[in-house]
Amino acid sequence: MSWEAVIGIEVHVELTTDSKMFCGCAVSFGDPPNTNICPTCLGLPGALPVPNRVAIESIMAVGLAFNCEVSPRSVFHRKNYFYADLPKNYQISQFDIPVCHDGYLDVTVDGETRRIGIERAHMEEDTGKSTHLGDGGRIHAAESTLLDFNRSGVPLVEIVSRPDIRSAAESRAYAQELRSIVAELGVSDARLEEGSIRFDANISIRPEGVETLGTKVEVKNMNSFRSLERAVDYEIARQISVVEGGAEMIQETRHWDEEADVTHSMRTKEGLSDYRFFTEPDLVPMVMSDGWIEEVRATLPELPAARRASYEAHGLESDLAEVLSAAPKELRNIYYEAISDGAAPKAVANWLTGEVTAWLRRNEADPADMSLTGPHLGELIAMVEDGTVSSSAAKDVLQGVLEGEGNPRTVAESRDLVQISDTGALEEAVLGVLGENPDAVESYRGGEKKVVGFLVGQVMRATQGKADPKMVNQILTEKLEG
Amino acid sequence: MSLTDLTVAEAGAKLRDGEASSVDLLDSILDRASMTEAQVHAYLTIDREGAHEAAGKADADLADGIDRGPLHGIPIALKDNMCTRGVETTASSQILAGYVPPYDATVVQKLRDAGAVIVGKTNLDEFAMGSSTENSAYGATFNPWDIGRIPGGSSGGSAAVVAAGSAFAALGSDTGGSIRQPASLTGVVGLKPTYGTVSRYGLIAFASSLDQIGPLAKSVEDAALILEAIWGHDPLDATSFSGAYPDPGAGLDRGVGGLRIGVVEELAGEGYEEAVETGVASMVSQLSDAGAEIVEVSLPTFEIALSAYYLIAPAEASANLARFDGIRYGHRAEGATTEELMARTRGEGFGPEVIRRILLGTYALSAGYYDAFYGQAQKVRAAIQEDFARAYESVDVLVSPTSPTVAFEVGARTEDPLAMYLSDICTIPSNLSGHPGISIPIGVDGQGLPIGFQVMAPALGEEVLFQAAAEVERLAAFSDKPELAEVAS
Repeated sequence: MSWEAVIGIEVHVELTTDSKMFCGCAVSFGDPPNTNICPTCLGLPGALPVPNRVAIESIMAVGLAFNCEVSPRSVFHRKNYFYADLPKNYQISQFDIPVCHDGYLDVTVDGETRRIGIERAHMEEDTGKSTHLGDGGRIHAAESTLLDFNRSGVPLVEIVSRPDIRSAAESRAYAQELRSIVAELGVSDARLEEGSIRFDANISIRPEGVETLGTKVEVKNMNSFRSLERAVDYEIARQISVVEGGAEMIQETRHWDEEADVTHSMRTKEGLSDYRFFTEPDLVPMVMSDGWIEEVRATLPELPAARRASYEAHGLESDLAEVLSAAPKELRNIYYEAISDGAAPKAVANWLTGEVTAWLRRNEADPADMSLTGPHLGELIAMVEDGTVSSSAAKDVLQGVLEGEGNPRTVAESRDLVQISDTGALEEAVLGVLGENPDAVESYRGGEKKVVGFLVGQVMRATQGKADPKMVNQILTEKLEG
Repeated sequence: MSLTDLTVAEAGAKLRDGEASSVDLLDSILDRASMTEAQVHAYLTIDREGAHEAAGKADADLADGIDRGPLHGIPIALKDNMCTRGVETTASSQILAGYVPPYDATVVQKLRDAGAVIVGKTNLDEFAMGSSTENSAYGATFNPWDIGRIPGGSSGGSAAVVAAGSAFAALGSDTGGSIRQPASLTGVVGLKPTYGTVSRYGLIAFASSLDQIGPLAKSVEDAALILEAIWGHDPLDATSFSGAYPDPGAGLDRGVGGLRIGVVEELAGEGYEEAVETGVASMVSQLSDAGAEIVEVSLPTFEIALSAYYLIAPAEASANLARFDGIRYGHRAEGATTEELMARTRGEGFGPEVIRRILLGTYALSAGYYDAFYGQAQKVRAAIQEDFARAYESVDVLVSPTSPTVAFEVGARTEDPLAMYLSDICTIPSNLSGHPGISIPIGVDGQGLPIGFQVMAPALGEEVLFQAAAEVERLAAFSDKPELAEVAS
């Protein structure tokens, strides 16, 4: 039998607002434990939450970027469960009226684009952090546990996809696209390794052609795109072998073990957990007016998918458009500066994603500090086109510009890279080479025409590479034939 | 006349006339407390040092021409569920024994800004859950009018200190009648303001959508003076009202001529003591004589208000009290695992009534029961609000007894939670609607026990509420004082 995987992905995004979701404490990572805390985020008796307007604007931006509807009125709920790093023993979250709902994200795998539905994006608060001491950091055998409440109350956006994803590769593509948009919006650091963006996958399988959903398993603890893809792959294969082996799937939460490349059962969900959601009585409903929504929409940057489309409209192939759309903002700005100066989009894009990116990587340089400008790049491309520099010399010119030596023309001159295109000087060089290589001249005249390549090389050598090879070829042929 | 018999307004006048200092007022209160506390047990903590410092400063400020208003230099007590920086705050629970908050509740800060002297913290039913102040982990409070009887609750300590003269006024909190009912049973004035007008920041929550802080005082005027000092928009409380506030003192001398007063039909009959009904009827006819138009009004949903309240309040409480787990503060029991530590801490730290309500609330919110219980209760709440709105189309204020009975005997209802819950039948509707209500003493029954008269008004209707209450106070001319034996502690 052939099986179809049905996958939904839940993403938690930690916002980088200045202050926490419901109090004035700083959102700051890496500070000494329990230094960014107050009565509210510690859950002291009598303390109350007050919502952070910037966080609500951030989730509105996230929702709009994912083509969601923003609810005109949205309500906070309490999600009740006891846990030592959850100070109030309830989390302020959202239940039936999230801030954003019904959006989508287009995801391309192997040239095929599919639309993945987004059910909702809601606002909630993060918990504190537990560190278990003794016995390898596992909770059950730990000797003691340290609690750090710096993270308690940091605003979190949870984005829940519909079960529209069908493969591990698609899961990865969805997660990557989502991350790049969130990063682009500037609302989060969106760093997987630091946990500021976290992915959980809900996976089930069903026979191809069947509409009903199978028993789902939630897989957690994937801290890279690669581990997300591998975990989903593993879990699909595991479920198929369970079902084909005649066993029943059980609804459970499984943990991805990066070392062992497998998922382990964490806990069995006996039906649904009962979080006893009810409206948070300490908060009033949020009202998102059309005016406010439009204000937020106006602040949205151009997103990668839109950029790709406009690059393709400039005539870039889809691969090049894809790479450029993911390039740092500074490079994309240079692209626009150069093409508005009249440079050919494709040449500009090739330089930026090739040599410029390689130089940045080699020098571990920050694109923001780069001395290269759009007009520089346009000038360099024009110099190659009109033969002022050869395409190989142009790479050296670029390096000089990137190293702050001035504009391309200045660099070409100071580094002595300008091509010799003065006919008189070239003729002189050609005659010199012919005089030094009588055997080659003899062979040519005897019918061995290919020896011209050797002679061009000799002229290039004599001019230290500055001669225009096309002109050299032409003059050489003239002299040999003449 | 002893200083302790003065109202806030009278004591303020003496201060400004130079006849008494704030320190004199405080000393008189502390002397009085040393006599009354042995019998009444209304204070959990008396902050002598802090109070003396504040009184000294109030005197010095006044001498320097700095007058912070009507509460300047006046000793006031706080119910022990309001956080006071540096002063133990327990909500009368074992689970918070020794807990010292690092911050002041907004009302506490406002009282300090108004120059008030905070004497100490008063007893309550644990986490404000109760109607007799018997559910305290630190022992019951007794009624100054008869120490064999309860003072009402849950703000029984605050009511008792005002009645006994061991504070000029006090703050209480009212979730289902917890200010008005004890005020009624101890012969003082008790006000629950409109929900959202007094900040709840720093009030240890019982039921967030119902809790409201308000004053207990010797006069209607005092209640208005204190209200003006403590209310106002607070950016730290997201449910705080941010519009224009009424002027509670504007109509105190206006009388009730032309005022339309509705008598609530449902708050009478079976379960109401005869003396209470007679007292209330007599006041209604005096109001009529004073020029008010009296209308009988029916609010049928009042019959089911108690049931809705006992689902909504425990549901919210079950989450509000979840934070008391022994992890960060308060009592901690030993346990082999975190779950065991939490469970034991809560089992040991909470009293039986608190546990009963947490279980009730947890059950009401559980999957499969939510719609039938909590969801249904919310619908009743909305219906009560509609009933009130309909009534206020034809009347300006509503009146009723504050409590169906006078103060009952210690232990009389402790074994019967339902009988205890019925103590709040007249006061609960205003909490569910968020409207203001006030209790004014109008006389005593045959045993010399005070009877309270409740006036209710629409949201932000404090001006007309006080207008009617002031007339009730004038007509009743209630001046009896409890007689406590001269026993020193």
